[in-house]
Amino acid sequence: MNPVGVVTQVNGREIARSVPARMTLVEFLRDELGLTGTKVSCELQVCGVCTVLVDRKPVSSCAFLAVDIDGREVTTIEGVASDGKLHPIQQAFIDHFALQCGFCTPGFVMMAVALLEEVPQPTPEQVVSYLEGNICRCTGYRSILEAVLDAADRLERASP
Amino acid sequence: MDFVVATDLEEALDALGRGALPLAGGTDLMVGVNAGQRPDNVVALRRVRELRQRNGQRIGAGVTWRVIEDEGPRALAQAARTVGSPQIRNAGTLGGNVGTASPAGDGLPFLAAVDAEIELTSREGVRTLRWDEFFTGVKETARRTDELITAVVLPAALPGRQEFAKIGVRNAMVIATVACVVTRADDGTTTVALGSVAPTPIRIPEAEELAKTLSDPGSAALDEFQHLVAAGVRPITDHRSTEEYRRHGAGVLARRLLTRCLREGAA
Repeated sequence: MNPVGVVTQVNGREIARSVPARMTLVEFLRDELGLTGTKVSCELQVCGVCTVLVDRKPVSSCAFLAVDIDGREVTTIEGVASDGKLHPIQQAFIDHFALQCGFCTPGFVMMAVALLEEVPQPTPEQVVSYLEGNICRCTGYRSILEAVLDAADRLERASP
Repeated sequence: MDFVVATDLEEALDALGRGALPLAGGTDLMVGVNAGQRPDNVVALRRVRELRQRNGQRIGAGVTWRVIEDEGPRALAQAARTVGSPQIRNAGTLGGNVGTASPAGDGLPFLAAVDAEIELTSREGVRTLRWDEFFTGVKETARRTDELITAVVLPAALPGRQEFAKIGVRNAMVIATVACVVTRADDGTTTVALGSVAPTPIRIPEAEELAKTLSDPGSAALDEFQHLVAAGVRPITDHRSTEEYRRHGAGVLARRLLTRCLREGAA
């Protein structure tokens, strides 16, 4: 298998690796970098659990080639908290009990990060529509919606 | 499996000349790869900058749905917003939609409605095919294996009114059971194009002829228009819907979109 050189930033860390051309981004993150916060489930891009941000935009890492992150920035769930402090979105998920088994949570949090960056004060309809590609099999959608809306308020209060 | 990562058009064309399968956003092909299919020879295109360019009416094949949502012509942008999820729209491309040529491709009815051309590039040069020359069957196109879809070329003047809608079992993440685009120019010229109701996207010339004579969104002749659309499609029954439902849906959807175009025109 022909390896391809990749220079990238993952959660702010410079990484230069030789990557098999066929490797998916989620395999790279989990197996090469040990970042196992990103989960894999459907491998069809219909569940959203493997969502990571590439250049701040959410993509399904199960169907994205690792070689395609060359020259780009990747953010995973491990890069959301900073200085040992949870991101307001993560804290809102805890406060609203927006997780049960927790398997889908990394994907939902990454989508919330991307949404609130694009639309800082979304309507409930905008949140629901943005999260249309993410599935919670414990079906805790209402508390996830509440958490995202509350996180938007928290972020607004926190910004000068 | 030989897997080449092309960084420019030259490399991509070389790989295609050696029989590689083009991989754009990966939203179709990677699903198969994850399911265990191992195509012998693949060329990944996401690094090819030339494919992401937009230049007037020429949309590079690698432009993503996310970009088209914001910047595409009205009905194509409407279609883009119904493609998969935000994650899929950030990865999936217009060229990939065209290349896969699924009868349910969300972008295809628009291309049919405006008589778009598909630009194909190979080592031997560039040729453009009209949409109806390009799409030849269910997931079949006139693309030679050594050719790359490099762009979709829209006509210089697009109709002032354009509407897209599709029917599916839910509002999100849905593959269309019927999709439709109706366009209308200031002189009354109307086009009606549908997806998911024939092996390829199709136009309904009889309905277009009739629509040209209509201007009143409340006209009784809309019944006849709806009937002509329903009679003109060639749907099948499969796991997503039935022939009867698709035929009915095609007529209803086309009528609804024509009414919207006429209302806008009157306003």
